[in-house]
Amino acid sequence: MNIVACVKQVPDTEAQIKVKGDGSGIEEGGIKWVMNPYDEFGVEEALKLKEKFGGEVTIVSMGPARTMETIRTALAMGAEKGIQIDDPALYNADAYATAEALAAAIKGVPYDIIFCGQRSIDDDSAQVGSILAEILGIPQVTFATKLEIDGTAVKATRPIEGAAVVVATSLPCVITATKGLNEPRYASLPGIMKAKKKPVDIKKAADLGVSGASKSKVAKFTPPPARPPGKILCADDTPEGKAAELAKLLREEAKVI
Amino acid sequence: MAKGVWIVAEQRDGALRKVSFELASAARKLADQLGEEVGAVLCGSGVEAMAAELAKYGVDKVYVADNAALEPYTTDAHATAVAKIVKENDPAILFLGASAQGKDLSASLVGKLATGMATDCTDVKIADGKLCAIRPMYAGKCFGEIVIDAFPQMASLRPNVFPIVECAKAGAVVKFDAGLGEAKTKVAEVLKEAAGKIDVAEANVIVSGGRGMKGPEGYAILEELAGLLGAAVGASRAAVDAGWRPQADQVGQTGKVVSPNLYIACGISGAIQHLAGMSSSKYIVAINKDAEAPIFARADYGIVDDLFKVVPALTQEVKKLLA
Repeated sequence: MNIVACVKQVPDTEAQIKVKGDGSGIEEGGIKWVMNPYDEFGVEEALKLKEKFGGEVTIVSMGPARTMETIRTALAMGAEKGIQIDDPALYNADAYATAEALAAAIKGVPYDIIFCGQRSIDDDSAQVGSILAEILGIPQVTFATKLEIDGTAVKATRPIEGAAVVVATSLPCVITATKGLNEPRYASLPGIMKAKKKPVDIKKAADLGVSGASKSKVAKFTPPPARPPGKILCADDTPEGKAAELAKLLREEAKVI
Repeated sequence: MAKGVWIVAEQRDGALRKVSFELASAARKLADQLGEEVGAVLCGSGVEAMAAELAKYGVDKVYVADNAALEPYTTDAHATAVAKIVKENDPAILFLGASAQGKDLSASLVGKLATGMATDCTDVKIADGKLCAIRPMYAGKCFGEIVIDAFPQMASLRPNVFPIVECAKAGAVVKFDAGLGEAKTKVAEVLKEAAGKIDVAEANVIVSGGRGMKGPEGYAILEELAGLLGAAVGASRAAVDAGWRPQADQVGQTGKVVSPNLYIACGISGAIQHLAGMSSSKYIVAINKDAEAPIFARADYGIVDDLFKVVPALTQEVKKLLA
């Protein structure tokens, strides 16, 4: 089975995000970069399928030079080869332009199934996997928490509000992974050593025949609205007294209960 | 020239979801500023009667695709139907709910319509005749103002944020053929959760517990309080990773990003990734033994004490208030 897993390098979940003074972006200094956690579930599922059915896992990622580190992490987990799309024309690509570039890169490799994270935890768009499927003209199941493959038949479970739906489709398809799909493995030390020698192809927008033109842009970044300072409730020192004060404030001041 | 503010109404099991009315109200407001009409796309089987309900919230025209193959929801059937009617009518703006279904459908539509979309918006406005959509990024650690240079300018709106405003309009029904081909996907099974369970993404009130709950049994006191308040019970990543609570309940950067009216954080210290996921709640209450916990910096009301004493006492107080 030929498997593609798309990954993105993002700031770690514990990173503080500071907006640049002119609102043109975020300050990247001091950020620890990691593989997008939802993409890790995709890579893990790709490796599990390879272990079950045989075949190869190709990692595709778009981003500047530092992105290579994330591709190597996926290779160290067990993927065979990588494609890095690195072109300044694509550094601020929106979801559509990103999916277009990924699709162009993926068209060059055989694939039966493609994994993406359900969203990247930086711009939180939750679009790229779906657009990719549309451009490639193949079915998709998003937010998958369980995946079963039998021949070319695919069954994927996706949670919706208050229920979960089991969607049946067929290969080739795009699956976007969410938490619950699996427990991503850690790269082993031998895996890390081997990953250094695995092939990674670097592509420019022109190699892929894409312009990199986005449909949307972030006109301005702003810090989150400041919250007014809160109150520590201590009119009465007992838990009961504090609870009574809270109930009163929620009822009379906040008017939320 | 693209014209009109459209929404995709969301229905499930024979009823419109609340987010549909939020979308209609937001669309009405913008359409009035532009002097344009509000259109709604409604897909499903036996759904025509729902059009009148949409009309109450400002929808001028309801484009209805009534087809057995549109029930239950699948991505390809609904995206095919919506893309077809949108292409035929060329609206300037298209809103969907940032619900489980809306996120899935909207992303697929971006692909089919080759346009741009702002996901999970908390505000939308018109600037220079164009849509300007405000959305949290990095799970709310910063915000972005999104502009779209293609039509329709799409945005998915976060449920529970946009007010529902009554504004009766004609809601004229325009039926259309969904233009469905052979189904690429179908629903094999629907696994329902316990009846009455409220999803954290849709809740007006969330009572959430973290590591301080000490174990899965600790959540009983939160369930009781939540039951009284009609609230959902949420959990921090630590609690979910420990296996105490289901993944669907996780609030934070790697779980759900929520904006309820009231968020009561119990035994949650306030890791950055958790704060990111709930800081846009209208009111935040923190109950924690540790006075230094970062959660207190975001809380409107803080109680430094043992949650196992405070929460049951709060439950009693709420009972008195609601009596």
